[in-house]
Amino acid sequence: MSRPKPFEKPPGLRDYLPAQAVKLKNLESRLLDCMRRWGYRPIITPTLEYYDTVGAASATSEAKLFKLLGQNGTTIVLRPEMTAPIARVAATLLRNEPLPLRLAYHANVFRAFGGEAGKDPEFWQTGVELIGDATPDADAEVIALAAACLETAGVRSFALAIGHAGFLHAMLADVLRDRPQAQEELKSCLSRRDFAGFRERLDGYGLPSDVRGELESMLRMRGGRDICDAVSGLSRHPEARQALEQLGELWEALQAFGAADRVRIDLTLTGDFTYYTGMTFEGYADGVGFPIASGGRYDRLLAQFGRPAPATGFALKTNRILELVDDGGTPEPERVLVVYAPHRRQEALQKAAELRRSGTCAVETMRTDVAAAAGVGPESSAAARILWLD
Amino acid sequence: MEAPTELSIAVPKGRILRPIAELFVEAGVCFPENLDETRKFIVPVPDCRLTFIVAKPADVPTYVEYGAADLGIVGKDVLMEEERDVYELLDLGIGRCRLSVIALPGWKPTIHPRVASKFPNIASRYFRERGQQVEVIRLHGNTELAPLIGLADRIVDLVETGATIRQNGLIEIEKIADITSRLIANRASYRLKNAPIQLLCDRLQEAVRSRALRVGAPAPGGKMTR
Repeated sequence: MSRPKPFEKPPGLRDYLPAQAVKLKNLESRLLDCMRRWGYRPIITPTLEYYDTVGAASATSEAKLFKLLGQNGTTIVLRPEMTAPIARVAATLLRNEPLPLRLAYHANVFRAFGGEAGKDPEFWQTGVELIGDATPDADAEVIALAAACLETAGVRSFALAIGHAGFLHAMLADVLRDRPQAQEELKSCLSRRDFAGFRERLDGYGLPSDVRGELESMLRMRGGRDICDAVSGLSRHPEARQALEQLGELWEALQAFGAADRVRIDLTLTGDFTYYTGMTFEGYADGVGFPIASGGRYDRLLAQFGRPAPATGFALKTNRILELVDDGGTPEPERVLVVYAPHRRQEALQKAAELRRSGTCAVETMRTDVAAAAGVGPESSAAARILWLD
Repeated sequence: MEAPTELSIAVPKGRILRPIAELFVEAGVCFPENLDETRKFIVPVPDCRLTFIVAKPADVPTYVEYGAADLGIVGKDVLMEEERDVYELLDLGIGRCRLSVIALPGWKPTIHPRVASKFPNIASRYFRERGQQVEVIRLHGNTELAPLIGLADRIVDLVETGATIRQNGLIEIEKIADITSRLIANRASYRLKNAPIQLLCDRLQEAVRSRALRVGAPAPGGKMTR
């Protein structure tokens, strides 16, 4: 490839022009404020982290990490997400803070996508981590908070789907006890959303028809609280039953939070099996083909940083939400332009300072010769209001 | 949370439209008449709350991934090549063919193997997974030409009856995969419009199963009966 032209930037990276930048900042502000009201305090971590620590611990696959070579040959990555960096901080700088910890963030994260649809290599996430509470109430809290944030942001029509990483694992491990290969293949089909492939493989395993039927019925396991009961009756497997009980309790807690009407249980929702240990969830909005939120419980991560603790959380895909919502937030300040002749400069700048102090104006000042060169005249409507001091 | 019931489905232009129409009718799902003859790209069927979008086969997964269409029908070959993030819901059992490696008779491994294909990702992956190092050359059509004029020693292409490759003096060396048309869904639509999507899927699945039982062959995802 020839040298980039002066105006080019690497593919997929975006500039946010003032209107968009303001909209993004307003959205950030509304979301963090909502999180603050639920007790979550903001945290900021570095853009660069070590590959061997945060890079390896994060849920993002190796192939998607932006890697750099550090000064002494160590490999550094651009942070692909905030959960692992926050875990690092919780285990070190915040290790003497009692649990549970409630932390919120708004940050740009980086992933080396290979031309996948709708995915920029740099994008914004706004999210929370709730560390140190293993109860279903904690899971319900983060899900209810995600819903509250989406409402605050102005996303009108959305739905959250909840699954359980442990459930699928347990069902498959029990039904296909002596066939670890088959378990992996089926999990792989589900995580790739290949239901047709799932059925095809089931055909090939030579299972008794009731077992095959049970596994195939997994593809339909979605609904409200009732689905937990329905499936629980079906399942003999203790870990699967336990997962379903947890989901049932989660559902009840969600009702107490008043969030149950936004939520559907979907036992086919997998998430990353190696990372999530309990509930997982995804959020979708009418009008966007991609998920706008994702989260779940990940009880094994903090131990990797030396402070074993249960944890749960979510990240909103802020860029996608940005596309969806109006900037229903803070009204734009009035734009005022003060044009002055040099001999009235003192007066003009004092006037400008006064207007700025009032907090309702954005004031620009301009000398008359500059104004003339720019074609600004008394009738010019470049600003909402023009004050002429000449 | 409202329950939207309108669904849009992207269907591929071409010969496959007729088998799709027949399957839909058997399944009791509306299908517009003469879809293959219309010049329109968007064909609503208000009675069924279904809108059909006619697209190039290779583009169906793209429309569905972005959510421009809730559902799509597309061959497994296109899905394998494109690798888009969509739900692959159902094997429709139509558009049967296979993806195979094809060459001139008497083909022997060469020092610098070249494989030409309309499916460069599939070809690449296939040979890589077998530890073979080949140069994959991307073509857009009439791939049989490649070995005949010395562009490549092998090709990866779709085979239905085998007539085309025979006519060109070529032979099938190995089968890569069996191909059929699949029903795919957008991730968000699958969640937000799950009820109507599941209903459509169930009806089609039932029709696919009935057909297989009539023919006496194993249905994709079903059992064999005598």
